[in-house]
Amino acid sequence: MMELLQTLQLAGQDLLGAAWLPVWTAVKIMVIILPIMGGVAYYTLAERKVLGFMQVRPGPNRVGYWGLLQPVADGLKLLCKEVIIPTNSNKFLFLAAPVLALTPALAAWAVIPFDDGMILADVNAGLLYLLAMTSLGVYGIIIAGWASNSKYAFLGALRSAAQIVSYELAMGFALVCVLLAAQSMNMGDIVRGQQSDYGLFGWYWLPLFPMLVVYFIAGVAETNRAPFDLAEGESEIVAGFHVEYSGMGFALFFLAEYANMILIAALSSVMFLGGWLNPFHGWPVIGELTDMVPGLFWMLGKMSIFLFLFLWFRATFPRYRYDQLMRLGWKIFIPLTLVWVVVVAAWMQTPYWLW
Amino acid sequence: MNFETVLFYLFAAVTVFAALRVITARNPLHAVLFLVLAFVSSAGIWLLLEAEFLAIALVLVYVGAVMVLFLFVVMMLDINIEQLRKGFWQWLPLGALLAGLIGVQMVWVLGAEDISAGTAAVKHAADYDNTKELGRLIYTDYVYPFELAAVLLLLAMVAAIALTLRQRRDTKRQDIDKQLKVKREDRVRIVSVPSSRQANAAQDVEASTNGHTAD
Repeated sequence: MMELLQTLQLAGQDLLGAAWLPVWTAVKIMVIILPIMGGVAYYTLAERKVLGFMQVRPGPNRVGYWGLLQPVADGLKLLCKEVIIPTNSNKFLFLAAPVLALTPALAAWAVIPFDDGMILADVNAGLLYLLAMTSLGVYGIIIAGWASNSKYAFLGALRSAAQIVSYELAMGFALVCVLLAAQSMNMGDIVRGQQSDYGLFGWYWLPLFPMLVVYFIAGVAETNRAPFDLAEGESEIVAGFHVEYSGMGFALFFLAEYANMILIAALSSVMFLGGWLNPFHGWPVIGELTDMVPGLFWMLGKMSIFLFLFLWFRATFPRYRYDQLMRLGWKIFIPLTLVWVVVVAAWMQTPYWLW
Repeated sequence: MNFETVLFYLFAAVTVFAALRVITARNPLHAVLFLVLAFVSSAGIWLLLEAEFLAIALVLVYVGAVMVLFLFVVMMLDINIEQLRKGFWQWLPLGALLAGLIGVQMVWVLGAEDISAGTAAVKHAADYDNTKELGRLIYTDYVYPFELAAVLLLLAMVAAIALTLRQRRDTKRQDIDKQLKVKREDRVRIVSVPSSRQANAAQDVEASTNGHTAD
């Protein structure tokens, strides 16, 4: 596999010279983005199946075997629908908003390590870059709400802006704990810092457990998913910020939302569950047996745990009331994370820090 | 002209254009969005200067948080542009004078020899870590100014909250802690109500013992 890649590299360099680097990078980007798009499509199906299972009904089962072609049918339907632009809306911003929502969700994947060395951009400030990219996604929502010239959309946008800014702080502090523990902001180094002979007990979920909980809940809030989906609360503001969108614009918002969910799952597994590391590494017998499994498998396995949690939350929790949401963010998460930053920083100075 | 120079001129052109549009845009929301564009493209210029920490922090703090709140506020404002434009020609001389002064000062400072001599770009090795270097400087050489700035910011925050926090007695507010601590027993009272036939029978008995008859 490696030799094949190397011959391909050399052949490309001979053929294109200096232009090879952008071409090769574009190929790598495609190799990351296409599976994400496929993952998004089938995650929607998985969501409907899991929700169906939890509510004791079959879920989609008409298009293809077990409804396996349902995402394709949905995509085709949305592609064929008419794009309606509301009167007196700001046409340019109305059309640009879905793109602004989707771009950061995909750009953030550049620094996610799927396996040792399998990373598009191995930058030193990777964690900071991720935080910056995830915070940009809110622009798509705000601009969509404003440009639609609709009160419901506008209210949804305002809710979303306040919510994302509030939960970003808690998220940032949780990440500060991670970079304290790893002593690096490079995503690859964060995973390598969790490598030990104790398998899954060497990962950061153990010393940073409260941060894992805070980070994941803040992630659910940041992606506007139930029970934090006040930006699109059907019962109060119809569908929130995307109420005026139809066809592909609507589909792009959904692509962005699901791509963000997969991103949060990937981040949680990289930072707290040891990314591509084998959970049984160093254990007798089972460790040696499972060390052959490629890291990508572990990474995807850990991501699917979090992806399932997203669906489980949606199926079980009722929606938050807005003041409760703000209270959770400001009065519980931020003090908790602040205290834990100090605890971790002090703990690391003692010999009892084992990670 | 190498690729980096092309990128620099691209980012610089976008920054200048966006900055101009910030002050010329008719719609205040467009002005805010152009300001966001100006921030993003100046972050690009910082990246070219190998200051990746500063570049990402600019995007994270200003674009990701501050400008979102700006947008939030501007969206809710009801701005009369006609009124804002009133007196433009009246104030133009003063504004032009101030702008000219600032321009002269900038040329003066940036043109000074000891500054321009030091700005010759030094290329760092690939393993140079701008974040680490910045952290080292902030927490060793400049620790007191840094801590002072932090305390100043905290002071400003506390002061702003203290100025705007007014408890009104007549507002009705919900105590969420209390709401969450509610138990079933506080809200639900189980009453055993006899079924209708038995209730009727009981009523009849009660009526006859009281000595009142139906007719």
